[in-house]
Amino acid sequence: MITKRIIPCLDVRDGRVVKGTKFTDIKDVDDPVVLADFYAKTGADELVFYDITASNENRDIFLDIVRRTADTVDIPFTIGGGIRSLEDFDRLMKAGADKVSVNSAAVKDPQLIREAALRYGSQCVVLSMDVKKNAFGRWDVYIQGGRDNTGLDAIAWAKQGVALGAGEIVLNCIDTDGVKNGYALDITREICDSVRVPVIASGGAGTMEHFYDVLTKANADAALSASVFHYKEIEIRDLKDYLKEKGVEVRC
Amino acid sequence: MIAIVDYGVGNIRNVQRAFEKLNLEVTVTRDIGQLDQAKAIILPGVGAFRDAIANLKKYNLIECLQRNAQKGTWIIGICLGMQLLYQRSYEDGEYEGLGLLRGDIVKFDDSQLKVPHMGWNRLIKQKEDALGRNLGDNEYVYFVHSYYVKTEDNSPILFTSSYGVEVAAIVRKDNIIGMQFHPEKSGAVGAKILENLKELIV
Repeated sequence: MITKRIIPCLDVRDGRVVKGTKFTDIKDVDDPVVLADFYAKTGADELVFYDITASNENRDIFLDIVRRTADTVDIPFTIGGGIRSLEDFDRLMKAGADKVSVNSAAVKDPQLIREAALRYGSQCVVLSMDVKKNAFGRWDVYIQGGRDNTGLDAIAWAKQGVALGAGEIVLNCIDTDGVKNGYALDITREICDSVRVPVIASGGAGTMEHFYDVLTKANADAALSASVFHYKEIEIRDLKDYLKEKGVEVRC
Repeated sequence: MIAIVDYGVGNIRNVQRAFEKLNLEVTVTRDIGQLDQAKAIILPGVGAFRDAIANLKKYNLIECLQRNAQKGTWIIGICLGMQLLYQRSYEDGEYEGLGLLRGDIVKFDDSQLKVPHMGWNRLIKQKEDALGRNLGDNEYVYFVHSYYVKTEDNSPILFTSSYGVEVAAIVRKDNIIGMQFHPEKSGAVGAKILENLKELIV
């Protein structure tokens, strides 16, 4: 059967990886392409880059990173962050991205998902959602980097996104993100049960057991993390050995 | 010279790059004269079967590909390119393919499975072939597809993968080769398969 995927995430600002890294054995680790290549060679199944560049002027720098990644890395990669239009899709796909993820822009204009899926196929369109639990125990969708509550229900939005043509969902829980206390298993499970496309869990990984839990108990198809890999708290190869030993099908 | 058919679908740059990394002379073209000169013709493909076959027709490439296949030129289909090698596809209708291999292209049962079949899956050897040289029993490659080959003629199938059904992953009938996965996105294993392919075609 198909394996569960482990996906390192690289946040890129002005052409450099941010969130900090702790590598001594590879040179120029802040270059996203160098780090991406390192992860690809040490067992990552896929990569996600988020462009968190604030200004438009540096957009070309990021496009160049996409091109260089496509030239260097021989596993699939997804680009997200600031995608607003079909033209943004075009630029990134032409530069060599395998998939493009949309977040805020899709909430404001859901037809963007449909148009992108019609042009490139659903497998290229990833719906990224930031969610947070409300006082009633339901999960709301947030946009603008987690600042604005849209009032949309997470499960309803996931279903709508898939109906419009999204081929994959990245589910990021605002409360667990960066806390390292584990993924939000309950909402991840609910989303996985609600849609028939792969779901990538994001936000909260601190230990190998957290990965095991979200891939088995919550049934996520993939688990994404940034800091545990960047800070070398967990090596992908060790993580995969651990998961395999526990009976999870992974690519070792 | 290796020719990659430029018929207006998907991103062929990744496939081009993968063959260039093998130090092969690669031309991206839809020129019939050039295709007739090629030692091997690569049919890449991301997108829908209908559009792909319509474009091949538009550029008068159907007869060219069939003639070259007959002549013994290597014809190598990747992903959708492999599906085009078969007789017909039922992707959003019914469309005739190149008919170089016997079988139909049908959709995965999406009431039972997540579709597309997307991610890394294991290659299971069905038959010895030079194309599968040095491939062990635990090799994973990257798939992205919603349709698969249904055929009564299993003789060309070298490797399968399991996804609810047995998926034809690598097929070969003489000079006709198909790969349902993306070797150019399959890390070291993909590179090994392309190396084997290179040995075969040069």
